[in-house]
Amino acid sequence: MKGMLTGLLTWTDARFPLSKLWNEHLAKYYAPKNFNFWYFFGSLALLMLVIQIVSGIWLTMFYKPSAAEAFASVEYIMREVPMGWFIRYMHSTGASFFFLVVYLHMFRGLMYGSYKNPRELLWVIGMLIYLCMMVEGFFGYLLPWGQMSYWGAQVIISLFGALPFGIGEPLTLWIRGDYVVADATLNRFFALHVAAVPLALLALVGAHVMALHEVGSNNPDGIEIKKNKDANGIPMDGIPFHPYYTVKDIWGVAVCLILFAAVLFFAPTFFGYFIEQPNFVPANPLKTPEHIAPVWYFTPYYAILRAIPDKLTGVILMFASVLVFFILPWLDRNPIKSIRYRGTLFRLLLGSFVVVFIVLGYLGTQAPTAGGSELGFRLGEIYFSFFLIMWLYTKERTASFNYTVLGIVAVLFLFFDVIRFDSEKATLMLTSSVLVIGYYVVFVLGSMYTKLNEPKPVPERVT
Amino acid sequence: MKMKRIIAAIVFCLVPLVTLGAGGGVAPMSANTDLTNTKSLQNGARVFVNYCMGCHSIEFMRYSRLADDLGLDQDLVAEHLMFTTDTIGDPMTIAMEADDASGWFGVPPPDLSVIARARGVDWLYTYLTTFYADADPARPFGVNNLMFPDVGMPHVLWPLQGVQRYVKVDRPADVESERIQKIEPDDKGFKVTTALHVKDGPTVHVTDMLEVSMPGSMQPAEFRKTVRDLVNFLDYVGEPAKVTRFKAGYWAIILLAVFALIARALYKDYWRDVH
Repeated sequence: MKGMLTGLLTWTDARFPLSKLWNEHLAKYYAPKNFNFWYFFGSLALLMLVIQIVSGIWLTMFYKPSAAEAFASVEYIMREVPMGWFIRYMHSTGASFFFLVVYLHMFRGLMYGSYKNPRELLWVIGMLIYLCMMVEGFFGYLLPWGQMSYWGAQVIISLFGALPFGIGEPLTLWIRGDYVVADATLNRFFALHVAAVPLALLALVGAHVMALHEVGSNNPDGIEIKKNKDANGIPMDGIPFHPYYTVKDIWGVAVCLILFAAVLFFAPTFFGYFIEQPNFVPANPLKTPEHIAPVWYFTPYYAILRAIPDKLTGVILMFASVLVFFILPWLDRNPIKSIRYRGTLFRLLLGSFVVVFIVLGYLGTQAPTAGGSELGFRLGEIYFSFFLIMWLYTKERTASFNYTVLGIVAVLFLFFDVIRFDSEKATLMLTSSVLVIGYYVVFVLGSMYTKLNEPKPVPERVT
Repeated sequence: MKMKRIIAAIVFCLVPLVTLGAGGGVAPMSANTDLTNTKSLQNGARVFVNYCMGCHSIEFMRYSRLADDLGLDQDLVAEHLMFTTDTIGDPMTIAMEADDASGWFGVPPPDLSVIARARGVDWLYTYLTTFYADADPARPFGVNNLMFPDVGMPHVLWPLQGVQRYVKVDRPADVESERIQKIEPDDKGFKVTTALHVKDGPTVHVTDMLEVSMPGSMQPAEFRKTVRDLVNFLDYVGEPAKVTRFKAGYWAIILLAVFALIARALYKDYWRDVH
């Protein structure tokens, strides 16, 4: 038996690089031995992708992409298809978990500088995956054809209508295939959701893994393990991905699946965040819901859009707030990768970015208020300021350089406040500006006049 | 230490998720329903078919499934719950045409298959119990509602509940706006705590009443129980597999936990030689 299998392997290897692929990507791919908790999320993202594809295939067997039948077909899946509710909840919970896992995966990258040389392209491919996921989520959310599906799509598509030079309106018409979101829209969104975007996603995920295995994994110390190799050319701080990280990741998968099952079985709508309540009312083009909010994973960007009074500027800045991640490798070129050795201010900087992102996300789920919009605007300013400070922290800057940057930012932000000035909100604007001023005082003046931004010595080998 | 930080990070991520904004309007009472209470579901089904199904379909629900899930004999369902032209495998549709209904009510009465998922049981419970007489000639059926002001639906359950009167205590002269803060059941109907915002003054709380002025066939407490059963039934109809889902969930998590323990043991064993 064993001889037969070996024979089959030899036969295959002569015709297909099976052993070669196995070794290059698993058995002889050396990963740093010091991965921590945050390194589970890459493999977990892959798990979520598989869950989405498998559950999605089953859903397409019963779902009907037509305006007349879509809503009822989802309920048909929930009621009449054996275990249909399980497949459907797997897919809806999977979408939110996919984003959750990817956000944590990206946060890991920010913490340990995983986007830096030589991993810039790896990061860019990852960002393309993230964009594809957003597009995929957007298309998929229309398919249940509930009120929130319908009006969410209506609002997002109408954003393109803000584009100038007469291309806005024709573009929205071209996307929808009708004057409102309608049957034609649903059909094409279905095609894009189940075929086009998943193909792109799979290709990009493949490219992401290949790029990763070319440059090798970063680690919590941000030290290149390839710099310390033994006589056989094997990194001294590396261990073969298989079996070490495969068994470790299986443990991660098990824990993740427990949390996943807890949501799937006990709170599949997750209090209206994973499946919004108005989506249990069939789409009605004549009745706008009281409050339209996208699903939680879009809300930080949605909050930025809403905080800006001018629609076109809002749309541009909303897209910019996603796309700015692409150029992060060229903004932050500080040679120290890991947060462990970058000083207190960097920790605070990243921590405050997380807080800003979460608060923006919360604001995006809420009905708009004057205070909320103002807070959203200030947090939007801080959101972009994070990337500026990352660039500023690239190296030791002179005092005059720092003050020039501060001056430019002050003029720019003051200009924003002048053009959006509203005498009724004057006090609110003034009060909220303290947030932004405080932010710059801490992160720019703090780095100049305190020792809080001083890096710590980076060890030779991983710890 | 590291684990604590991680837990803190996760908890922190979840904070905005649990401080869920319930949205505007009146806070509903708790419906306190129980999907495992078959008697309650059966009674709810009976009330639904007798009082609601003249106008509202539950078209995603089949009579046969209802019979099986609620522990009812199919012949019994055929005899008491179905129109004579229906067969047991039919969906629970109605004969009223949507066009006619639009003419009669302004909007066609919606299908209620997933209404409990769209509105929530608490909202439905409070809505169905807080109809009150409103003499305003603009109100076509002479009633209004605390949860859904100016609703188009008549008070269909009045033969059971009777008619409630909205007894308001005297207001100060300069009340700018008022908002209902709390509705509580009472022997006579409901206590309605309302916050009055007085111009340039403090907020005052007063207690108004929804009082049964023309009794129906049921006492207030009995009526509340009946509505609870009805809402419980609508909750079941909203997701018939819900109880199965909970039961399956415990098993899924137990199995995954066993798998996790084995996976962890495997991981720890392999990693013994990594230093």
